[in-house]
Amino acid sequence: MKRIFVTIGTQVPFDRLISAMDEIVGQLNESLTLHVFAQTVSSKYKPKNMEWTSFMSPSEFNRHLNEADLIVAHAGMGTIISALTLDKPIIVLPRLLIHNEIRSDHQISTCRTFDKLKYVHVIYNESELKTKVEDILTEKIEGSLHKITNFASAELILSIKNELQ
Amino acid sequence: MSKKIIAIASAGGHWIQLLRIAPAFENNEVVFVSTEPSFASSVKNFDYYLIPDASRWDKIGLLKSFYSVFKMILKLKPEIIITTGAAPGLMAIIVGRIIGCKTIWIDSIANVDKISMSGKIALRFANIVYTQWPELVKGKIVYHGNVIS
Repeated sequence: MKRIFVTIGTQVPFDRLISAMDEIVGQLNESLTLHVFAQTVSSKYKPKNMEWTSFMSPSEFNRHLNEADLIVAHAGMGTIISALTLDKPIIVLPRLLIHNEIRSDHQISTCRTFDKLKYVHVIYNESELKTKVEDILTEKIEGSLHKITNFASAELILSIKNELQ
Repeated sequence: MSKKIIAIASAGGHWIQLLRIAPAFENNEVVFVSTEPSFASSVKNFDYYLIPDASRWDKIGLLKSFYSVFKMILKLKPEIIITTGAAPGLMAIIVGRIIGCKTIWIDSIANVDKISMSGKIALRFANIVYTQWPELVKGKIVYHGNVIS
């Protein structure tokens, strides 16, 4: 059984990702055994094929991240950093201004850069989600792309330390 | 000598980035400030101060948040204020500058091709502004590595 954790941050809904994910879980469950849990904030869409909750505590959030074989998320920096720290495969879909999912289109730029660096799996449209999930879970493509430590670079820490003296 | 520092960030990615630079604060007297009550447990060995959150788009929320940040800074009287954003961090930078603190803004690593809106305002008040992308170094904006290593 493979566990997938779907998270869209803690502040605003992201119906496009939640509904797309719910739909493909229904389809993928025919060939793969999946356990999918979604944190949906105040998204209007109510999932049928995955367990879900609107909000969860940070410790619950960490538990779900830790248990997941794959993380599917918005392109929020908190989620990306947490996934990379745990060396977990993560697929991100940028929130878009045009759909009122965010107040500026910076997640697209973040995605392009992190995509180019090969740190995370990026899908630019929800239609790419099913193939990407399938490819990672069946190990057709490498899941976890980049691991980071728990702290900032030594250079940044040293520079800040000097400024605090 | 040990300095009194306020390290402030709103919940989410900003807070996660603040914790990643925390080793730089050692040997100082640090108070962490954020917008989520449960974060107190992430910084158990330090004082934690809770303030209400607000985004740039919520005018009344911003006023409440500003009042709370203002009161907190006057009470704690820090020598240095450091933030990874967003709105509450910017407020702390502005108030800090008014009362003569050294102020440090670290723009989020999410801002890959331009500095954030809050970062642009922070540029006018902060003593130092860090970007996490070398391409964005310009004028007062410096780059010395990033939060993901």
